[in-house]
Amino acid sequence: MAQEYAGSAGYIASAELQRGVRIAMALGKPLLVKGEPGTGKTMLAESISQAMGMPIYRWNIKSTTKAQEGLYHYDTVQRLYDSQFGGAHVEDIRHYIKLGPLGQALTAAERPVLLIDEIDKADLEFPNDLLWELDRMEFTISETGDVIRGKHRPVVIITSNSEKELPDAFLRRCMFHYIAFPQPEEMEQILRTHLPDLDRTLMEKAMEVFYRLRQVPDLQKKPCTSELLEWIQALEIGGIAPEELDALPILGLLIKKQEDSERLERQKTAGSRHVR
Amino acid sequence: MVFTSFYYHLLAQGLAVSPEEWLTLLEALNQDLAKSSLLEFYYLARMTLVKRVSEYDRFDQAFLSYFQEFSCREGWPKELLSHLEERMEQQPYDPLEVDGRPDLTPEEIEDRMRARLLEQEGIHNGGKHWIGTGGTALYGNGGYHKTGVRVGGSSGHQNAFRVAGERGYRDFREDAVLETRQFQTAFRRLRQMSSRQQGELELDVDQTVAKTCDRGGMLCIVSSPPRKNAIKLLLLFDSGGSMEPFALLCSRVFQAVHQANHFASLKTYFFHNCLYNRVYTTPECVFSQSMETNCLLQQLTPEYRVIFVGDASMPLWELRYYSGGRKGRPGDQIDGLTWLRKLIRVCRGAVWFNPIPERQWTTVKGAPSIRRLREEVPMFPLTVSGLQQGIDRLLLE
Repeated sequence: MAQEYAGSAGYIASAELQRGVRIAMALGKPLLVKGEPGTGKTMLAESISQAMGMPIYRWNIKSTTKAQEGLYHYDTVQRLYDSQFGGAHVEDIRHYIKLGPLGQALTAAERPVLLIDEIDKADLEFPNDLLWELDRMEFTISETGDVIRGKHRPVVIITSNSEKELPDAFLRRCMFHYIAFPQPEEMEQILRTHLPDLDRTLMEKAMEVFYRLRQVPDLQKKPCTSELLEWIQALEIGGIAPEELDALPILGLLIKKQEDSERLERQKTAGSRHVR
Repeated sequence: MVFTSFYYHLLAQGLAVSPEEWLTLLEALNQDLAKSSLLEFYYLARMTLVKRVSEYDRFDQAFLSYFQEFSCREGWPKELLSHLEERMEQQPYDPLEVDGRPDLTPEEIEDRMRARLLEQEGIHNGGKHWIGTGGTALYGNGGYHKTGVRVGGSSGHQNAFRVAGERGYRDFREDAVLETRQFQTAFRRLRQMSSRQQGELELDVDQTVAKTCDRGGMLCIVSSPPRKNAIKLLLLFDSGGSMEPFALLCSRVFQAVHQANHFASLKTYFFHNCLYNRVYTTPECVFSQSMETNCLLQQLTPEYRVIFVGDASMPLWELRYYSGGRKGRPGDQIDGLTWLRKLIRVCRGAVWFNPIPERQWTTVKGAPSIRRLREEVPMFPLTVSGLQQGIDRLLLE
């Protein structure tokens, strides 16, 4: 690999994260990424693909996803249909084998990025079912006996929202990186990347209010980066002056839970009279 | 291998690092991914060895305590420091010579160094006796000795201590108190698939289609046991009085359980201090919104598991008190403890979660009643790890 990953246009990767990606790529291990919602876990894979010019395969995990689906799918129904109504390839089972995202990534002509998104959504045993294939980079299609062997070890990025505890055997084989919530300096960079024409005073004031809101104790859902971006855009469109931000206008974009906004309302009316 | 002692240090600090992960780290070091910098090594070791944010803090502490011995000591002459800043290429060395005195403690080495400093007059680099750079003596900069004193030099090492010393992940420790989300995760463990139970079967549409197609269109019905959670749960919250400080915490447990909605049945009731002849449907514990405990007992079946949430702190006599702490019917002949036993006997298993930190259980004001109740029900602290242990215990029953 001639160049090293250092973030890409439209995506700011912290030095820690860049280091993590470099190490995982060098060792050929899957990189498990966790972090608060909206810290850009999924975007990381896109960014690597963009920066390094690698093809990307995405595998979005749902609660019903089985490990097998990532490898291949044998479309028996289509084959049955073809056999009844005359299809050209009925004799050839291979024609009805469709590779899943993992299968495609293994057979890619150049080293690809494979994104396994939200792995914790699936069944508890799901990650264990992938161990062999990820380790050995090969699997067998039982219907045909074909062995699919990886030409290049894909850069595997796995994201998790910690909905479920992942099995130890799986964790042992991964590298792990936790995306910490961006510090104000990093946040400024992120805002600059997304909104290059943003007014400086508006940005500073908005960030001040935003980080103050995150400090409020007992919020059920803290506002995150993507919500800050939306909020600032809305402020711009609405033509709201920086001085008015203390009154928390268009709060619904930042605070999504009923209980949280009620709590903030109460605090606002209570003012400095009652400090928690 | 110098670093092996670091591995055992991590194990001793309670980090479950597997040999496999350790080998991965060594492989990474072989590829020079740490770039000979302690800060890089810190991140590399953390991402290869530690897979849970909740263990980051423990790792930070272990890292600090292991490597701090290597850190720069204050109080050496300026000339010496500036002389050591100009590094010299490392000389080939004899490991036996270098590590020949492993018995010395850092303090002893430091004392010897001070003594030698008094004798030393000129600049010495690459030697093995005098203080200099690139050498194999016990003291100096960029040297090889594994417990030797490093004087001055780039503060790259110090960076790693600063990062580890910030302990930015203290809040993620598993013994920290819980968020709703973490409660949900914990309660998700509380499931037992009905597929383990015999008898009931339902049509498996996907498998039926696949099998039928496999057989060229000959219908083949596949049925399998339904995958539903068979757990029935009864939650009993202590409410009011000494529980006020934990009200928010309890409401989070309440929300988490109700959002989980994967239980076959879920009942929630409230009580005040101790279980008596009535249970309440609201946390206010008022008579108009209550039902008889006997009535609840009749609804329970052995599939139910009970979770108590409460501080279990009350005067001991309340456990032996008849008929309700609040607005009970006079003339009841069953005391609190007996009600508790009746309930536990009907159900499959019971645990008690106590929001009071575990280390205070024996010293807090309610210690006698906590001790007494622990004889009846297994008690766990209301923290992430406590909740997991408690739920595992509940599943064992």
